[in-house]
Amino acid sequence: MIFFDAVSKMYPDGTVAVDNLSLNAPNGKLTVLVGPSGCGKTTSMRMINRLIAPSSGTISLDGVDTQSMNAVQLRRKIGYVIQNAGLFPHRTIVDNVAALPRLLGGSRKQTRMHAMELLEHVGLDSSFASRYPWQLSGGQQQRVGVARALATDPPYLLMDEPFSAVDPIVRAQLQDEFLRLQADISKTIVLVTHDVDEALKLGDQVAVLRTGGTLAQVASPADLLAHPTDAFVADFVGSARGYRALGFVNTDDSIPVTPEQTVTLGQHTSTIGRTPSRWILAVNAVNQPVGWVDVELIAGDIISASDLNLSGTVTSAAGSVRDLLNSALASPSSRAVMIDSAGALRGTVTLHDIVSAIGQAKEARPNS
Amino acid sequence: MSLLEWFLDPAHWSGADGIPMQIGVHLFYSAVALALSLLFAVPLGIYIGFTGKGEGIVAGIANALRALPTLGLLVLLFLLLSPVVPGQLVYGIPTVIVLVLLAVPPILTGTYAGIQAADTEAVNAARGMGYSQVQILWFVQLPCALPLLLSGVRSSTLQIVSTATVAAYLGLQGLGRFILDGRAQGDFSQMAAGAILLAALALILELAFIAVGRLIVSPGLQRTTRAPRKIVPTTATAAIRLTAS
Repeated sequence: MIFFDAVSKMYPDGTVAVDNLSLNAPNGKLTVLVGPSGCGKTTSMRMINRLIAPSSGTISLDGVDTQSMNAVQLRRKIGYVIQNAGLFPHRTIVDNVAALPRLLGGSRKQTRMHAMELLEHVGLDSSFASRYPWQLSGGQQQRVGVARALATDPPYLLMDEPFSAVDPIVRAQLQDEFLRLQADISKTIVLVTHDVDEALKLGDQVAVLRTGGTLAQVASPADLLAHPTDAFVADFVGSARGYRALGFVNTDDSIPVTPEQTVTLGQHTSTIGRTPSRWILAVNAVNQPVGWVDVELIAGDIISASDLNLSGTVTSAAGSVRDLLNSALASPSSRAVMIDSAGALRGTVTLHDIVSAIGQAKEARPNS
Repeated sequence: MSLLEWFLDPAHWSGADGIPMQIGVHLFYSAVALALSLLFAVPLGIYIGFTGKGEGIVAGIANALRALPTLGLLVLLFLLLSPVVPGQLVYGIPTVIVLVLLAVPPILTGTYAGIQAADTEAVNAARGMGYSQVQILWFVQLPCALPLLLSGVRSSTLQIVSTATVAAYLGLQGLGRFILDGRAQGDFSQMAAGAILLAALALILELAFIAVGRLIVSPGLQRTTRAPRKIVPTTATAAIRLTAS
């Protein structure tokens, strides 16, 4: 548990970076500090590992005041990931990851072996191990940065805009992988970002800070979207918050899934029979959806790959209502395609059924 | 006697004033001067690079040192030291001092510039990970400073080796002997031979430094070609611009 107790940071010129911040980052959870530039989020994070000294107030790790610890010893308990990874340019990838364990007296062989495991854990092939940082892309470097921060298996992790310096596609990928990793390792994490989407996606708890270094609101992502405490937070989480909030509502049994008539590629058109609408779902040999086919526009007698409309998306039964709604909106037939954990078709849900389920859920919870 | 004949004359390859001996003496003065310069300039460069203190003063002094007339300084030092220094050292000490003054600035600037230019992100990351100041210096800043430090040492060495010819002015041995004696005797083959030997020595040292650099500087810092920049279009317009260009 990382606990801020009335922490302020004022610079000698009178600038207040952080103003009376009290915040609890619970163990095993990911707490995001988010806010516009100048809100003191990075300063707050750097006060945890004492790269910046607070002017007043205390920060404690599991009840121990950080000021009572040696700064270097303190930092070794806290993994640290920064924006551009900050890898050591003169060391190979594996030695970058093994650097701190080696510094603390581990044997070369053992620390390297552990480093190789960590690289695999963050999704880097072992062929990267002997390369140098400049030979890697930004996204790959960032994975190494995460592996390095985990090398000594610290209970806490600080991440300073870890995914900001990569392009949006890689960023989404890194975020997904990081969430999977965190589900595995359950570190106590404080992550700083200016990107509210990232905050809502990654955070178990999101602390919104406002310019001037005061805490505006701390809540779960769903709560933040449903009950922004004031106009600043409402504005900050964005005008799409109604739609975004659906991302935190799980699909449940109240939404009727209906079996869908399917065709396979290579099937003769004469065997299709009567269809309820002009769009029919195509599946592969193991019943996984591959796309929609417009029965009125099939070229020739055989259904081929060129007949497929690929605009639709699929959603799993464990997915959110937002994914479900998105699937229905993206599909040319306005039916959301639901799959099971193996990727096989479970059935479809109509846009109408989804919307009425959302409406009913809202009526049942008038506060949200 | 032509230049070729001078080189082919076996008499020039042996004895106390033969080519091997003169090269040896020349290298000896150079090595002493280089060792003293390193002892002085590297620690000072580390201190300046690490603390950021005294950079302005040192840069000013270093530049002033470069402007000193070597020969004039040599004579001045000899005149100043001759009453107090006994025996043969009165020739050796001024020579070495002049060479050290010449060699210190490049090593000094190479060292502190190298440390200051060490990847700031890497230094910040190391600090956040729990490296102590000394560990940051030793494991991150110094290895990153090595290419610049080494290039400083290289240019110092070349300056020392080429300037060590001035030892001959004070009657000392070294490759300068051939040049000065040749001039005095009107033996231009000998003069040219001295110059050629000096140039060859400098070239060999240059190559040796390149080899040493390859050996001790991490390949991670020896990037000679930049990786081709990948441009990932994130929007359709960017993709169109990319294909159009």
